[in-house]
Amino acid sequence: MPALRIIPCLDIRDGRVVKGVRFQGLRDAGDPVERAAAYVEQGADELVLLDVSATPEGRGHGIATVRAVRRVLSIPLTVGGGVRSVADAGRLLEAGADKVAVNTAAVARPALLAELAERFGTQCVVLACDARRTAESWEVVVRSGTTSAGKDVLAWLAEAEARGAGEVLLTSWDRDGTRAGYDLELLVAARAATSLPLVASGGASHAEHLAGAVASGADAVLAASIFHDGDSTVGSVKRALLDQGVEVRP
Amino acid sequence: MSSVLLVPTGTANLASVGAAFARQGVDVALSLEPDAVESAPAVVLPGVGHFAAAMRTLTETGLDAALRSRVAAGRPTLAICLGFQLLCATSEEAQGVPGLGLIPCGVERFPKGVRTPHLGWTKVVADDGCRLLSSGWASFAHSYRLTTVPPGWRAARATHGAPFVAALERGPVLACQLHPELSGAWGAGLLSRWLASAGLRRAEVA
Repeated sequence: MPALRIIPCLDIRDGRVVKGVRFQGLRDAGDPVERAAAYVEQGADELVLLDVSATPEGRGHGIATVRAVRRVLSIPLTVGGGVRSVADAGRLLEAGADKVAVNTAAVARPALLAELAERFGTQCVVLACDARRTAESWEVVVRSGTTSAGKDVLAWLAEAEARGAGEVLLTSWDRDGTRAGYDLELLVAARAATSLPLVASGGASHAEHLAGAVASGADAVLAASIFHDGDSTVGSVKRALLDQGVEVRP
Repeated sequence: MSSVLLVPTGTANLASVGAAFARQGVDVALSLEPDAVESAPAVVLPGVGHFAAAMRTLTETGLDAALRSRVAAGRPTLAICLGFQLLCATSEEAQGVPGLGLIPCGVERFPKGVRTPHLGWTKVVADDGCRLLSSGWASFAHSYRLTTVPPGWRAARATHGAPFVAALERGPVLACQLHPELSGAWGAGLLSRWLASAGLRRAEVA
């Protein structure tokens, strides 16, 4: 069985790492290449790069950033933000991505998932899904959380798996950047809805939160703020998880 | 600068493989020329994608014969992920499409109930007597796997649901289900030893 993966996430805007709260109020958090190299050194198992400006402003991806990060990165790299077509995904893979994450474009045109899987294999296709709580369940939000997609998260995950997604990156919009902990109920429900590898995202602030996500069915945990702000390192989080009996890569 | 020849079968994560060799101080050249692929000092057959599509590329370009010849002759060859599966006889991913048959076994999908794809870092254990492979943690991304070790090869094994073959070596021929280019310092060590076996680099002290 794979060890729990710890995945620092670099949100990128204009070639810089940024971080906000609930996708808004973005502040600078450093140079992507320096961050990537530091996280590899700390023991990160994978890195996610999201171009947070790509969808709202309709721009393409910072290919140069992907190339520069790839040069220093000896671990898997997922890149997302603004991927609308097989050609978009191909450009990111050519620049150095190992997996491509799709979000808004897959909601608008679910067939994109199958097209990507046929061309690149399911293990290359990550469905990124931003979930916002409703009275009874969770709804999919798109365009950086500004718009409801009118879809139920759990139904969407099951559909995405059937269409060819190979992994789910599930972000709680409600918890993003808040450090209030992952939305564990969301993870439990998502685990029941799909058998794909599940990456928990949104709200982590310490190792207990990460252990909680594992207990709720996550195969990997993504975090940004806690690593960018230097409160924790990947190494310190892994040591704390080991103490709690969670298997991590040393 | 010494260089390895990379076979672009279509949709592999070539940039990741290229970057890993660049960090080793080795250049990568791309070629689909059968003569070049048959005789180059070191060849990498990477792979992300579909078994049938990749085999079609190899047959249409005549690379199938070139690869069979160089692997049979024991020339330094590194196959990664789908590249590893292409060396096998068959795959459940593409019924009726023969592979290169250099490894006389079939690749099968992970059974139901096992988290698929197998994504992430899993411990591998190298057989005694391995010269290239060592035990450690390796990065994987695959839905199909080999479960039997063919005669004449030494193996590193891993477990996901049940034991499977993480990698095989026979002289300077290294066939990896795992991704050495994405396996951090452990993967870099493996690439370094393979390059040394190809005479492209001095062996690093483990």
